[in-house]
Amino acid sequence: MYPLTEEQRMLRDMVRDLAQKVIAPRAAEVDETGEYPWDIKEALARQELLALPFPEEYGGAGADMLTLCLVVEELAKVDASSSLILGIQSLGAIPIMLAGTAAQKARYFPKLAKGEWMPAFALTEPGAGSDAAAIRTKAVRDGDSYVLNGNKHFITNVGLAQVYTVFAMTAPEKGTRGISAFLVEADTPGFSIGKIEHKMGIRGSRTGEVIMQDCRIPAGNLLGNEGEGFKIAMMTLDRSRPEIGAQAVGIAQGALDFAAKYAKERVQFGAPIANLQAIQFMLVDMAMQVDAARLLVYRAARAIDEGDKNISMYSAMAKCFASDVAMRVTTDAVQVLGGYGYMKEYPLERMMRDAKITQIYEGTNQILRLVAARGLLAQY
Amino acid sequence: MNIVVCIKQVPDTSEVKIDPVTNTLIREGVPSIVNPFDSYAIEEALRTKEKFGGKVVAISMGPPQAKDALKEALAMGADEAYLLSDRAFAGSDTWATSYALAQAIRTIGDVDLIFCGRQAIDGDTGQVGPGIAYRLGVTQLTYVIKVREIDPANKRIVVERLLEEGREVVSGTLPALVTVVKGINEPRYPTFLGIRRAARAEIPVWDAAKVNADENKIGLKGSPTQVWKIFTPPRRGGQVQLMPGSTDEAAAALADKLLAEKVI
Repeated sequence: MYPLTEEQRMLRDMVRDLAQKVIAPRAAEVDETGEYPWDIKEALARQELLALPFPEEYGGAGADMLTLCLVVEELAKVDASSSLILGIQSLGAIPIMLAGTAAQKARYFPKLAKGEWMPAFALTEPGAGSDAAAIRTKAVRDGDSYVLNGNKHFITNVGLAQVYTVFAMTAPEKGTRGISAFLVEADTPGFSIGKIEHKMGIRGSRTGEVIMQDCRIPAGNLLGNEGEGFKIAMMTLDRSRPEIGAQAVGIAQGALDFAAKYAKERVQFGAPIANLQAIQFMLVDMAMQVDAARLLVYRAARAIDEGDKNISMYSAMAKCFASDVAMRVTTDAVQVLGGYGYMKEYPLERMMRDAKITQIYEGTNQILRLVAARGLLAQY
Repeated sequence: MNIVVCIKQVPDTSEVKIDPVTNTLIREGVPSIVNPFDSYAIEEALRTKEKFGGKVVAISMGPPQAKDALKEALAMGADEAYLLSDRAFAGSDTWATSYALAQAIRTIGDVDLIFCGRQAIDGDTGQVGPGIAYRLGVTQLTYVIKVREIDPANKRIVVERLLEEGREVVSGTLPALVTVVKGINEPRYPTFLGIRRAARAEIPVWDAAKVNADENKIGLKGSPTQVWKIFTPPRRGGQVQLMPGSTDEAAAALADKLLAEKVI
């Protein structure tokens, strides 16, 4: 099939086993209660999976993008919320990887790699979603510090993270070039958590609001240079989108697996419904889409690992296609199960609710089509 | 302590399908796994090393693909692994297998403890572990559910054996061979770094010459027993008898019937 190294194969098999035995039994409960699954996070930390996105010299595992995607997919097959535990590690690692000083990396990476600290990525605001450049959070230089004022919302790991990458305006008159990135530690005075969101899906993930009021941070917590924030954010998303694609592929594959097994067992009109062409065609259309999505994700991952100059386009295409596939496949999987698919007793309705967010976060699929179009037309 | 663990790669019989025509195991496409009881053995070996220090060496007799099983042992934390593989070993029964493995252990050198799974899920004989112990002249402790204590200085080991009638506490001298049952521990998942190390490792292959194996004691020549046939027995027909009445009445009626049939 797709050529994997022995290390990637063994890791994928280990995660598949762990996901089946340790995570799958908890998925329904996590979704029902909306409680953050600390036990699952600890299990991932113990197997050193949370260390995957970080460089080896700082206590990480230095895994490549393809490896990360393999692991995220296996986790997402059984529980989308759990796969996000690893996804957010990358979103936390990449900005600091791209723009951090050695001191900043040394301060945060070892703890993040061990899972002792958790990261968060704070870009989105009530008035700035797809229009990321419209952020209003301000950062004003004052002697040896910056003072931050503003709100961020829809932030993953809110209230759990110890370090947030926060994007703020240092020069409003410069538009996107006036945005800077900062590392804000959660216990900084003036930094507080606001509302926690109740979501349609990925309910095991904690999402909510962050409020900064005269939040004073050391000037040394500026990430990169002033005015580089927007670029850091966009470069980060280019490198994390394939993982969301992998998450979507995993959700879709999990749904397909369940629906196909069900179709072989469910008897109607004297035979398993898998014998009916209507069902066969649905299942095979699902399988074709999932396979195609997976290969797009792998291609984007490889492009990043090889330093290709078109990674923006490839990762936008991968995430966009895979998430649309996940939504279609989970919806069809519910349909294959009929009435049972609608009931909470079976995992498919949860998978369908979980799939939706993949079309929205880390760039809505509409924005991603713009990003991909730019890259595409530049080739002609 | 120098610890050896003997493992076997077996087909994943939880996924096994029987060919309805020939009534034999369908082996193609069946994934291979580390014999589940051997995972408990590896875990116990690692815990013993963590407690007392020393080294864990994993060995397996099998075809080249058995390296995958040894890699899993390395990924879990074994320090070294060796594959015992040679055309001359083919067709070995449990007697010849225990000879070859015993020779391999002699080749490793000074060993304090040997861990094995209680049986392989494909052969199900449970004979190889005891065979190795007999040949090496070490203390044999089988069906161990718990290692109570090890005293390396005084070369003493105390274990609990899980028998049908209950548990038996046995003490013995080191070196010893211990076969373990399910439930002795919870085998760890390999960490990423363990997997990385294992993937990069080169597993040496030992042939019959390397372990000084007498050619008459291995393979078909060295096997007094031969597997003649493996088949699934025909299903026994039966009847369902529902006990009438309330729960208490039905229970009494059932108990009477079981007593009459001498089941209880």
